[in-house]
Amino acid sequence: MANTQVSASATDAPPNRSRREKPRRQNLAGWLFVGPVILGVLAFQIGPVIASLGVSMTNWTGLNEPDFLGLGNFVALFTTDTRFYTTLLNTAIFTVAMVALSIAIGLALAVLCNQRIRGVGVFRTLYYSPAITNVVAIGFVWFWLYEPNNGLINSVLRGVGISGPAWLSDPSTALIAVIIVALWQGVGYPMVILLAGLQSIDKSLLEAATVDGASNWLRFWRVTFPLLTPSIFFLTIMQFISSFQVFGIIYVMTSGGPNNATSVLIFEIYQVAFAQGRLGYASAMGWVLFLIVGLVTVFQWKMEKRWVHYDS
Amino acid sequence: MTAERVVARAPRALDPGTAGGPEERRAAPATRRRPRGIGRRAAVLITLIVLAGVFAMPLLWMVSASLKPENEVLASPPTFIPSAFQWENYAAAADGLLPFFLNSVKLAALNVTGLLFFASLAGYGFARLNFVGKNVAFALLLATAMIPSMVYLIPQYMLFREIGWIDTHLPLWVPNVLTPVFGTFLLRQSFRGVPRELEEAAKLDGASIFGTFWRIMLPQVKPALAAVGALTFMASWNDLFGPLIFLNSTRLQTMPIALVLFQGEFFTQTNLMMAAATLTIIPPLILFFLAQRYFVQGITMSGLKG
Repeated sequence: MANTQVSASATDAPPNRSRREKPRRQNLAGWLFVGPVILGVLAFQIGPVIASLGVSMTNWTGLNEPDFLGLGNFVALFTTDTRFYTTLLNTAIFTVAMVALSIAIGLALAVLCNQRIRGVGVFRTLYYSPAITNVVAIGFVWFWLYEPNNGLINSVLRGVGISGPAWLSDPSTALIAVIIVALWQGVGYPMVILLAGLQSIDKSLLEAATVDGASNWLRFWRVTFPLLTPSIFFLTIMQFISSFQVFGIIYVMTSGGPNNATSVLIFEIYQVAFAQGRLGYASAMGWVLFLIVGLVTVFQWKMEKRWVHYDS
Repeated sequence: MTAERVVARAPRALDPGTAGGPEERRAAPATRRRPRGIGRRAAVLITLIVLAGVFAMPLLWMVSASLKPENEVLASPPTFIPSAFQWENYAAAADGLLPFFLNSVKLAALNVTGLLFFASLAGYGFARLNFVGKNVAFALLLATAMIPSMVYLIPQYMLFREIGWIDTHLPLWVPNVLTPVFGTFLLRQSFRGVPRELEEAAKLDGASIFGTFWRIMLPQVKPALAAVGALTFMASWNDLFGPLIFLNSTRLQTMPIALVLFQGEFFTQTNLMMAAATLTIIPPLILFFLAQRYFVQGITMSGLKG
């Protein structure tokens, strides 16, 4: 990339005089254009990230004179804080379920919406609409849908002879209930990405497979699916990062309860930092989050060539 | 030729042993196609409709509950059509929501215009200008896309407290518009697609770099601007975390937090709550219907490699 730019600017440059002063003006212009964003990123993201590492090694509350604890907060997280394990486990369950199911359902919806049927755009819009709805409104609606006695879901279940669970107030079903809501809201994004992937597949490949007598099923798994793996790979990364940082739905629907059954990492950090004021400890939790997200993402990139099919 | 290509791409896809000669292979699907095609279409259509019901049900329930008298919301067995349409629920909810609505509109406007301005500047700089440190700067931007926001939120909070920004609207738009990582990528991509001749012509006419950018180049990337603008609007409108930690005063709050506050106040009046919830989702829905093409474009482009 750098090479092409250098040669391009070399050919663009007028032959004499201005050659020397031009790079200086170009540098100034370039930095005036990208400078605000680079300064913004340094001031609001990179700087605070570094500061956060420092804070994570203290017992700072924002009001006291902080003591340096070294890795004390991190040691405490993994040795004495049993609640932290529950939180990590819940976050992991939520994330695995969301990544796997949102992509699987999103793929099914994308295939359905890719059929040549009149009015299919209406369905696509409908499936995507929960994704643009704010999470507080969603939380309230589902809270009442899950109402154990007269809520719509248990009423319907009773109609078919099933006595529904208490959903959000039962520790054994609360996390599942939250995952269902998150999926309902979250499948629109993978659907749109995979639909774009499906539409970019060269039709002649599919026609050729049909001509060769491949059934729809075989054609999908042997031709379509391999060509979609780059999109699916991208989605596993994006869905992992966003699911691991779930907050809104937990805040609105369960506040981490009942009995910590739905406590997830970001919600815990929010509580520890802004309700309990333990900024040092919360920063340590933030860094654990950062390291997990970073390591898993690197692992995903390493596994990429095992299953992702790149073809021109 | 096409068959060869398929075999070359997916070697195990087709087993030549099971099919007969080329003639037979071609004939078999053709005879079966018509009846299966209709059956399949019907099956797809029914599935689409059933799923649409599942997806729309919670939102339909919300609208239905918002129009009901209070005691009907959780009636057993559940009803769908209200016995009497209480439109006054909306008047009551709208009355309570108005100040929060104005705060949300103000923040959305600041976020969208500010972010588009800085993201298009940076996107153009990275796409078309040559300067020292460009690759390092771009790598820095790429790296920050990876950082979970929670990691820098606590120091940010302390910084804003230090400079007196807590309980003002500033933390809810200034950091956003100055860190438009995704918007910069998307606009950079679009600027790269504009023919260079346009810039050359402007340069020959004596336009400044900024003038070229503002008058010639910016109009060329309107679809990308619309896509980034639409996604920014949604992020701003639906933001829950920012107002939650940076604002204390009720009068500064935005629509999502207003709903939370409403819940404390009118918890038992579920019909009013649902009217308020419906009102908060209407502006993004309208925008989505008007600008659906740009949304899909923006979302799809987020899936492309930079």
